[in-house]
Amino acid sequence: MNPTALIAEDEPLLAQGLQADLKRLWPELQITGLAGDGHGAVEQALALKPAICFFDIRMPGLSGLEAAQALAEDWPEGSAFPLLVFVTAYDQYALQAFDAQAVDYLVKPVEPARLGACIERLKKRLAAATASAAPQGMDRTLEQLRSLLGGALQGTPAAPRLEVIQASAGNLVHMVPVDEVLYFEAADKYVRVVTAEREHLIRLSLRELLPQLDAQKFWQVHRSLVVRANAISTALRDDSGKVFLTLRGRPERLTASRLYAHLFKGM
Amino acid sequence: MLAHPPRTPAESLRNRAFRGAAIQVLCIVIALLLWQLDDHKPLGPSLLYSLAIGNSCWLFIDLGMHGLARLLNPAGAAGGHWPGWPGMVIIVAVGSVAGYTVGSSLVDHFTGFTSPSLFATRSTGIVTLLAAVGATYFFYSRERMHQQQTAAEAAHALALENQLKLLQSQLEPHMLFNTLANLRVLIGIDPERAQAMLDRLIAFLRATLNASRTSSHPLAAEFARLADYLALMEVRMGPRLRVAFELPAELRDCMVPPLLLQPLVENAIKHGLEPKVEGGRIEVSAQRHGDDLRLAVRDTGVGLARVASPEATTDQGTHYGTAHVRARLEASFGSRARFELQAAGDAEGGTLALIVLPCPAANAPTA
Repeated sequence: MNPTALIAEDEPLLAQGLQADLKRLWPELQITGLAGDGHGAVEQALALKPAICFFDIRMPGLSGLEAAQALAEDWPEGSAFPLLVFVTAYDQYALQAFDAQAVDYLVKPVEPARLGACIERLKKRLAAATASAAPQGMDRTLEQLRSLLGGALQGTPAAPRLEVIQASAGNLVHMVPVDEVLYFEAADKYVRVVTAEREHLIRLSLRELLPQLDAQKFWQVHRSLVVRANAISTALRDDSGKVFLTLRGRPERLTASRLYAHLFKGM
Repeated sequence: MLAHPPRTPAESLRNRAFRGAAIQVLCIVIALLLWQLDDHKPLGPSLLYSLAIGNSCWLFIDLGMHGLARLLNPAGAAGGHWPGWPGMVIIVAVGSVAGYTVGSSLVDHFTGFTSPSLFATRSTGIVTLLAAVGATYFFYSRERMHQQQTAAEAAHALALENQLKLLQSQLEPHMLFNTLANLRVLIGIDPERAQAMLDRLIAFLRATLNASRTSSHPLAAEFARLADYLALMEVRMGPRLRVAFELPAELRDCMVPPLLLQPLVENAIKHGLEPKVEGGRIEVSAQRHGDDLRLAVRDTGVGLARVASPEATTDQGTHYGTAHVRARLEASFGSRARFELQAAGDAEGGTLALIVLPCPAANAPTA
């Protein structure tokens, strides 16, 4: 069966150009999907299960890195995780974070010779994967995504620490001390702020909130979930690599993705 | 009086050593002159008196100057060591008399000669006073020149730094390489459009590199440069970007600082429309309100909440862009211009950046 690929690129001409170059240099490769933004890229990748994903780094909706993170968290068990190739015009942190092994990256404008080398690397990886059917590919991908996301986070300067969350409900503003918050959960354009007694909605994205929290106290355990570490009571790992968390003072169970499962190991 | 960077201790010491050496030379020259005029006297004592009187004058005048400066300006630093001319006239006069008296009495004391009092020999007194005034004026001018020079150097360095920052922000690598990548694809599939795009890129680059050389250009030229930039962005973003310009004919010749609006248009794209999945519209308009020229850049992007977020300021894009616009308005128009960044006040949302500046030049004809 011919390998399949998805291209996520917000600039139409660049998507078209990459598609044409791939067709010329790797005629057997089937481009099964084109996405113009990060959310579309995740949806299409989950639906089409391509062998290879070309993700632009700067896209509307989700960045290429965020889309890869969402993909790693939501990817179903049992099917091979796509080989990721990031495409970027100029994003130094991303380039530094790669050691150019499993996942490749391309710099725009993409030179045909460089694309050819990338194709050779992808072909080798595809052949190795079918020969061994080894599941460690996922672990390696997770490892790399972790370091990439870590690099992206380090790029953001430490914002002033938030002490109190101001959550408005009509004309009333609730002043919620950050230390009373059990967890933050992203919900569309809002963030749910959950304390032992009640919950609030604030108009802020988790991405904007995260740099203002103390990373020692508040752990990101999923792309849409940040939990206060000392509010976690137990962590139970299942076979798929996910971790289920129970909290002190709340009945619900939370799910940590496999990208963050490494946080929950016995001492 | 003159704002100037303070000297380093080493510079201070070097300056003092220079003054000391200059005083000694002046004393020797005066001694030689007096000796020349009056050939009955031996040279040795003349030299001795001249040096003693000159150095005591220096001591008194210098101490007096620093003392008075500190008295008038207890905070120190800012005003330097200059107490102003009226105070200085008194200090030079008193310092010369005291310097002559103390200097000559010292030599009298150690050599056993008796020199006439200051008031008995008018010529020596006048020479001392003239030398003191001359030396003071000489040092004052030298100091002033030094301050003006360092101030000019500092201003020059600042201007260079600003130019460099402007260039860096406008030749942003992400923009440049993405544009080139688009161009590369267009060359293969639509050479004519590729040429048109290249022409726009050339015009944009030329304008960016030339912007620092002129202080103003007509509004029509400003809009043409924005059109170049936005045409490049239209190729890149495809149907996600729609552009509208509004420039009334009578405002075409209003003069504005070159590429004043460029950072605002870039921000509208980068922080407003690029992050928005469905894209949107950008409108650049100019209007006259009385003597005011109102320049507006409005987008229908994700809005200010995002712009003010820590994520958006990571690359300092927004902050640098708006700070730069403010600084240029301040430099060109002082307090007569203003800049506002606000949420666009209609249902479509997005951001409105507004510049209001005086533009009386194109007012109703005066004759």
